[in-house]
Amino acid sequence: MKFRATVQITLRPSVLDPQGVAVRAGLQQMGYAQVEEVRVGKYVQLELEAETEEQARQQVDRISDQLLANPVIENYHFDLVAV
Amino acid sequence: MKIGIVVFPGTNRERDVAQVTEGLLGCPTQFLWHQQTDLSDSDVVILPGGFSYGDYLRCGAVARFSPIMQAVRQHAERGGYVLGICNGFQVLTEAGLLPGALVRNRDLKFICDWVHLRLENTRSLWTRGYHAGQVIYVPVAHGEGCYYADPDTIQRLEDNQQVVVRYSDAQGECPDAANINGSLNHIAGICNQRGNVVGLMPHPENACDPALGNSDGLKFFEGMVTEALAFT
Repeated sequence: MKFRATVQITLRPSVLDPQGVAVRAGLQQMGYAQVEEVRVGKYVQLELEAETEEQARQQVDRISDQLLANPVIENYHFDLVAV
Repeated sequence: MKIGIVVFPGTNRERDVAQVTEGLLGCPTQFLWHQQTDLSDSDVVILPGGFSYGDYLRCGAVARFSPIMQAVRQHAERGGYVLGICNGFQVLTEAGLLPGALVRNRDLKFICDWVHLRLENTRSLWTRGYHAGQVIYVPVAHGEGCYYADPDTIQRLEDNQQVVVRYSDAQGECPDAANINGSLNHIAGICNQRGNVVGLMPHPENACDPALGNSDGLKFFEGMVTEALAFT
């Protein structure tokens, strides 16, 4: 079976996100003063073959933990759908 | 004694290092392509600066899985000497050979400048030629050099004296203004607990040749060569 996983990677709350701070400054210049916080993350889409959804889930989890995210500074979560 | 310099696709400072180790110090130096699975009898391994794999995903994240990294890991575990400079430091943290991570500079700028560094740990092979508290002036060139680790790890690094160099001012003081990229505790370089693996963001190899006006970084390599020759 073929699955599509969408992985979202975000900096841990304790890690400073200067990109987010810069985007917030831009938004404030545009007049969106109500935006209090911006955090910038990454989005990765994967397509993979697996026999079951559970197997696909385990693989994506391992891939995310080993390469896509660095657990020292980032968190991740993903959604999985059969295609 | 042989020095091996690991070259990933996108590495661009390997010749700067070889110019010092072989050109200035006369130490046999070879380049190790990342697809190699052994270190070709290198006694000391250096991971130089650059942009391995285009810095895609995260700096050093993909290089970590290059075939040669398995050999680098085994070399480090046997107590072999490893130095990571700039991108090489990022690769070592991604590989878990050094704790923590390097994240984007506090002010978002790519910093290409000269900085003062205060020597902290002078017991490592690379820093024996200096004395603790000494201030040196060397170049930096990085966009992701802000050192981060959780509070327990930072505490452990400090307790074990694993901080090798800190960003400081010319007097060796560490005001916030001297912290160019926002690194926790001004950390510019660290070593592992055993002391054989060292990583730093600045480029001592670019401040070695007296002909270029500043050789503050030379002792980094001179100390290593002298020491290594003594026991081979």
